[in-house]
This record gives sequence, C-alpha cells and structure tokens, in this order.
Amino acid sequence: METRKLLLTFVKNVVERPIVYNLVKEFDLVINIYRASISEEEEGYMVLDITGPTKMIDAGINFIVSQGVTIDNAQKSFRWDESVCTSCSNCLTHCPVNALHIEDRKTMKIVFDQNICIDCMGCIPNCPFGACGSIFQD
Amino acid sequence: MTEAWIDDVLAYSGIAAVDLYLGATQLRHNDPANIDYPGEFKFGGGHVIEKLIRGEELQLFALSYGTDEYPLKELRTKFTIDDLNQATMVNPRNCYQNYNVAVNTSNKTIYTYLGKLKPNMGNMTYSSAGQLSPLLNDPVYRTIGIGSSVWLAGAQGHVYSEGTQHTSAVVRTANQVPAEGAGTLALTGNMKEMDGDFVRGVSFKGYGVSIALGVGIPIPILDEDILLKTTVRDRDIRAQVIDYSIDYPMETGKVLATVNYETLKSGIVNILGRDIETASLSSYSMALKIAEILKAQIRDGNFLLNKPYQPLPPNQSMKAMKAGK
Ligand code: SF4
Ligand code: SF4
Repeated sequence: METRKLLLTFVKNVVERPIVYNLVKEFDLVINIYRASISEEEEGYMVLDITGPTKMIDAGINFIVSQGVTIDNAQKSFRWDESVCTSCSNCLTHCPVNALHIEDRKTMKIVFDQNICIDCMGCIPNCPFGACGSIFQD
Repeated sequence: MTEAWIDDVLAYSGIAAVDLYLGATQLRHNDPANIDYPGEFKFGGGHVIEKLIRGEELQLFALSYGTDEYPLKELRTKFTIDDLNQATMVNPRNCYQNYNVAVNTSNKTIYTYLGKLKPNMGNMTYSSAGQLSPLLNDPVYRTIGIGSSVWLAGAQGHVYSEGTQHTSAVVRTANQVPAEGAGTLALTGNMKEMDGDFVRGVSFKGYGVSIALGVGIPIPILDEDILLKTTVRDRDIRAQVIDYSIDYPMETGKVLATVNYETLKSGIVNILGRDIETASLSSYSMALKIAEILKAQIRDGNFLLNKPYQPLPPNQSMKAMKAGK
C-alpha cells in the first residue's frame, strides 16, 4: 500500500466526467480530497491523495491522464502568464527565491523557473499587470 | 448625460450632451479603496481603457434630467470601440524625464505608486527606461516640442502640450541631462489605432489604479549636438533616491542619495552603506520592443517625422499647491 499526493488540473470539458468515482470503483483506490474547485465555466483543480497498491495507483493515474486531466508534477498552484507579463520587474524584490528573475540585463526580460518557485504567493499582489496568480485564488 | 459609468467606472460628463471623459485612475463604483488597508484596486479606469482598445464589450450606464430635444433619462447599453464615432486618448502627463527613485526608511511597509516598499530600505523601485527614455535623449527639447509626432501605443499621436508638472529649470549634469525630475509631455492619439498590448490597466495594492502606456518618440539627427545627446547611456543618468515614508509625503525636499541607471538596472544598489535590491515599474524590454517597431515603421515610410510648431517651455519651474489654512 502506498499514498500519493496529487494536484490535478482540469480543462473545461473534462469537468463533467466522473473521474473520482472511477478511481474508487474501477481501481479500488481510497481517495481523500483536500481542496477542489470545479466549475463548468473555467479550469478546475483538485488536491487529493490516493491510497492503494502501487500497481493500482499507477493504473489509476494512467486512466486520469487518458481522460484529459493534467497532473501537476510540481504540485504548485502558482501560475505566471508570460503573455500578460510586461517584464516591468516589480515582482523581483518580492520573490524570496528568485524564481522570477532576469537572465539578461541587456534586455531586462523576466523569466520564471517553476522548479525554484516555492508557491509562496509573494509576487501575486505585487504584479500590477495581473500576470501572477494562483489556481487556488480567484 | 449628467452622470455616466462605463463598466461601473464613473466618467466625467460635464462636457457636452453625449461626450464623456474617462479617467485612468478612476476607481470602480463601490471599490472599497483602502478601507480594508491595503486595498486591492483590481479594476478601474485604466482597465476600462485597455478593454476598449482591445475591442471588448463594455457597459454604459448613463442618467440625464431630460430635455425637449434629449428626452431619454436613463440608458443602459453595451458597446465596443467600433460603436463610437471618436475615441481619443488625451493624456496630460507622460514620459517623465528622470523621475525619482523610491525607498522606505521607516519600520513599516508602505504602499505607493512605485509599488510596495519594504521597511528599512528593504527594496528600491524606479520607473523609467533610462537610456531609452525619449526626453533623456533630447534633454533640452531641441526636437521634441508641441506638435511632434509620437508613437503612442501603436497609433501615430502627437504632443499637444507640455505635460503637467513640466519643469525645465532644473539642475543638469554633463550634456544637460537633468539631475532630478524635469520635463513631461502631454500626448494624444486615436485609440482606434492603438494596440492593447501597449495600453495596460494596472493595480497598485494599497495605492490605486492607473494605466501603463507604450510611447516611442523619434529624434531626427539634425546636427552633431543632437546626435551626441542621443548617445546618453544609463551610467550618465543619475536619479534622486527619495524616502517615500517621510520626505515624500512631508515634501521636505530631502534627497537620500543619487544613483545612476546602470546601477539601478544591475539589480543591487548600495546606498548609505547598504545593498538594496531594485525593481522597475516601467518595462525596459517593452521600451526596446517599441524602439524596434518605430524604427521599422520609419524605415518603411509608415511613420513620418515632423517639426514641432512650438518648443516646450525652456525655463519653467514647478510650484506646489498652496496649503490650506
Ligand atoms: S509564488 Fe513565491 S516563489 Fe513562486 S514566483 Fe511567486 S514569489 Fe517567487
Ligand atoms: S510584476 Fe508582473 S508584469 Fe511585472 S515583471 Fe513581474 S510578473 Fe511581469
């Protein structure tokens, strides 16, 4: 037996499929949902853990992915929208780990490294342009 | 119309029967502002202007007292920029020449239009493209004047006046680069020709809403002196560091230090014996992009330069509003 923590994100049209039901019914997994937001209008998410034999967990995860659900391996809720970002740089002094940073000081372009991000949300209220957000906040 | 709101943002209607002014820093109706300090200021006039330029649908709600020829007393309708005969941007202060740099020496966080300033000089913010800023490349306004064509968020606009707070009588350093906040420009352009990527509503936590605009101004190289001045580099531009916790609100005029743009853009500035992280509110990378777009338009003959019909006032100082009794 094993327990695995997952952050799932759903696109609009996946929302209606009975994914959790199938994890229980078809794969015999124990599901614990901690936090979820699912609506028909927008992207949804679910934070859960699943417990069961490793083989069944893997099969369950394969099933979820086949249904069009994305497993966020980084398990982070923070989202940076590059198309909205102007590279002003105001967020930089509010990111404690330099996940948002400048690589080339000639162009002053902002880049984001998801691996470093600690999901602290420090940048969100400090982005005047609304490029920083979290799927846990509306 | 005697009162009007666009997407719930109050517009000024005291101009003519069916004309409106919408201000970029106007808050949305019922915005709690700083009642629950620091407020979020999620949406306001700047955001409405961005939506309008992006061609999105907006709601107009207007009231009137009714007259014989305008009997309608209430109107609620949806519209886009295509439904308007004219949509003109009139922007009384842009392109601040060498605006100051903000820090906070107090022991509590403060919220300003230069962003959130951490206590004990925990960060430092500025807002200028430095060596790409138009008025820093034409420091005594030899080619930029009233009537000059400007690239305003994709439209070909022009300078219609000196900007508010225009102060040309300032201390200047080598090559007449101002050593403090100096000239400004009032710009206008046709919003129907603008690109929403360069007109952005902004929200400053604890402060308010505003707008960020992309502006590019061509400088014709007519002689050596003009050429020399356009070679200004970040290291030649020194800005004043002001304490926004005390000296700015109390108008003491005190300058903590001066710092050049090369250092500001390096990300760390050392003043008063401390290393301080820096950040900008304006975007240098957007400024670079605009310079390239404008260069291409001029090369292709799509953007024509012109001679201003009147210079900007050369010797002007600024005064503060008289204090109340
Ligand atoms: S969420 Fe925190 S760590 Fe991640 S980018 Fe924003 S400030 Fe940096
Ligand atoms: S504050 Fe926002 S717009 Fe500015 S660089 Fe950071 S993410 Fe981009």
